[in-house]
Amino acid sequence: MLNPRGLSYQRRRAADAFMTGLAFLAAAAAIGVLVVVLAYIVVQGATALSPAFFTQVPKPVGEPGGGMANAIVGTLYLVALACVIGLPIGIGAGIYLAEYGRQGRLASLVRFVTDVLTGVPSIVIGIFAYTIIVLTMRGFSALAGSVALAIIMIPIVTKAAEEIIRLVPNDVREASLAVGATRSQTIIRVVLPSAGGGILTGVMLAIARAAGETAPLLFTAFGNRFWNLDPTKPIAAMPLQIFNYAISPYEDWHAQAWAGALVLVALVLITSVTARFFARRTHNV
Amino acid sequence: MSALETATPTVSERGPSAALEQAGRVETVKLSAWYGDRQAVRDMSLTIQPNRVTAVIGPSGCGKSTFIRCLNRMHEVTPGAGVAGKVLLDGQDIYAPGVDPVSVRRTIGMVFQRPVVFPTMSIFENVAIGLRVNGLASRRRLPEIVERSLAQAALWDEVKDKLTEPGTALSGGQQQRLCIARALAVQPEVLLLDEPASALDPQATLRIEELLQQLKERYTVAIVTHNMQQAARVSDYTAFMLAGADRVGELIEYGETREVFTNPKDRRTEGYLTGRFG
Repeated sequence: MLNPRGLSYQRRRAADAFMTGLAFLAAAAAIGVLVVVLAYIVVQGATALSPAFFTQVPKPVGEPGGGMANAIVGTLYLVALACVIGLPIGIGAGIYLAEYGRQGRLASLVRFVTDVLTGVPSIVIGIFAYTIIVLTMRGFSALAGSVALAIIMIPIVTKAAEEIIRLVPNDVREASLAVGATRSQTIIRVVLPSAGGGILTGVMLAIARAAGETAPLLFTAFGNRFWNLDPTKPIAAMPLQIFNYAISPYEDWHAQAWAGALVLVALVLITSVTARFFARRTHNV
Repeated sequence: MSALETATPTVSERGPSAALEQAGRVETVKLSAWYGDRQAVRDMSLTIQPNRVTAVIGPSGCGKSTFIRCLNRMHEVTPGAGVAGKVLLDGQDIYAPGVDPVSVRRTIGMVFQRPVVFPTMSIFENVAIGLRVNGLASRRRLPEIVERSLAQAALWDEVKDKLTEPGTALSGGQQQRLCIARALAVQPEVLLLDEPASALDPQATLRIEELLQQLKERYTVAIVTHNMQQAARVSDYTAFMLAGADRVGELIEYGETREVFTNPKDRRTEGYLTGRFG
């Protein structure tokens, strides 16, 4: 038994080595795609990056130079406004599911709707925001774009908040109740701070997702070649600007699109890495 | 004066030495408890005396923890939990309609088996939380009450130089005394301890036991323990609980600890104490 020789043993060893090799190959392919995409964007985008890219608005067609300052600020603006709208709803729903709803009927309904919402194509959410806000306000607006992004963020935040709040041990809640705290005091003062890092991770991931969305902004925020910080007016956004530049016939616009892609990827990566950092810190507690 | 009727008495109204001598008598009348359809405790009737330590002992699963959790309405926090019978605090039923469980838990404090230190709070905040959520003390008086509570829990000297550090940095025994300080800060009349030393080493256990002797001068103290020697060491009265064939816990014997341990009236008490089961 200790020194097996049979054919079946050799065949099993070969199969084992083969499967191990396949797994490594798949892992390498997964990482490889990411590396190739990132490298390509860096190579293409870095050449077009300049101080002007971050400080100037787009130049009129035909004039060289200009930048995406308005789109960078626009994306931050849209995401910030989406956070103001979406986070209270998302975190609140997460608190409801974890603390109050638990196994109730309403809770399972909310969970089901959240799951469905996660799967709805973002273009559909864009059409929804277009119908509800753009048509009633008679114009494209930053607000409409933010509402669309908020709807995309809500299910992500809700799920993350519920899962992380559920992880807070029950005896922490009981210890708080035992000193005469009410249910809501327990949630606000004890449970949420304990879950804070994890919720923040969920929020960051939702932000990273929202910052890169193009489809829901096409007919809501619409895009703008000039500065705007008025929520009722169309606003520029990096994904939109990249899209418009990429399909244009101009060589320098293509370069700017690459630079925009690089900055956008950098923003999203920084957000994700920050999220992981907070996640790790929370799990250590 | 019943503490349940006065909405939220401030600490200054009920000073540390004021009229706590006789307050805090807990009497249960035919107290039963359920988890969903399953009954865990049946018809417990006994009186827990002020300024004494009362131990509740019995083998695992006899319902002693459930019983003590009924005494400050913590049992009902568990989903599906139910209670019948009465629990009288100085004559007033804490399960009467209109009595707020939150005020009950403020008046009847509880310390759990596993020390629960709030991970995001400093040592100071861990003690102050009860005062804060109840609006019991002005910002100015907080440090004074926190110090007194920590001193009563025999922890002040060990933590007075690191009050702003996280409570989770303390040892297990210190954490449990921190939990006791937290329970004492809101000036309860009764202190319930659910196996407070079972997760601690012998040294830390000894400190908790010594602490109970000091605490009974001010409070009604009830302690659940599966450790018979501990009950014999710390308590003045002992209640022995046992679950029968139907797995519902009942009170078998209740009396002065010396009597229960040296001259048990019930054969089952004697059997448990001499180690024949449990």
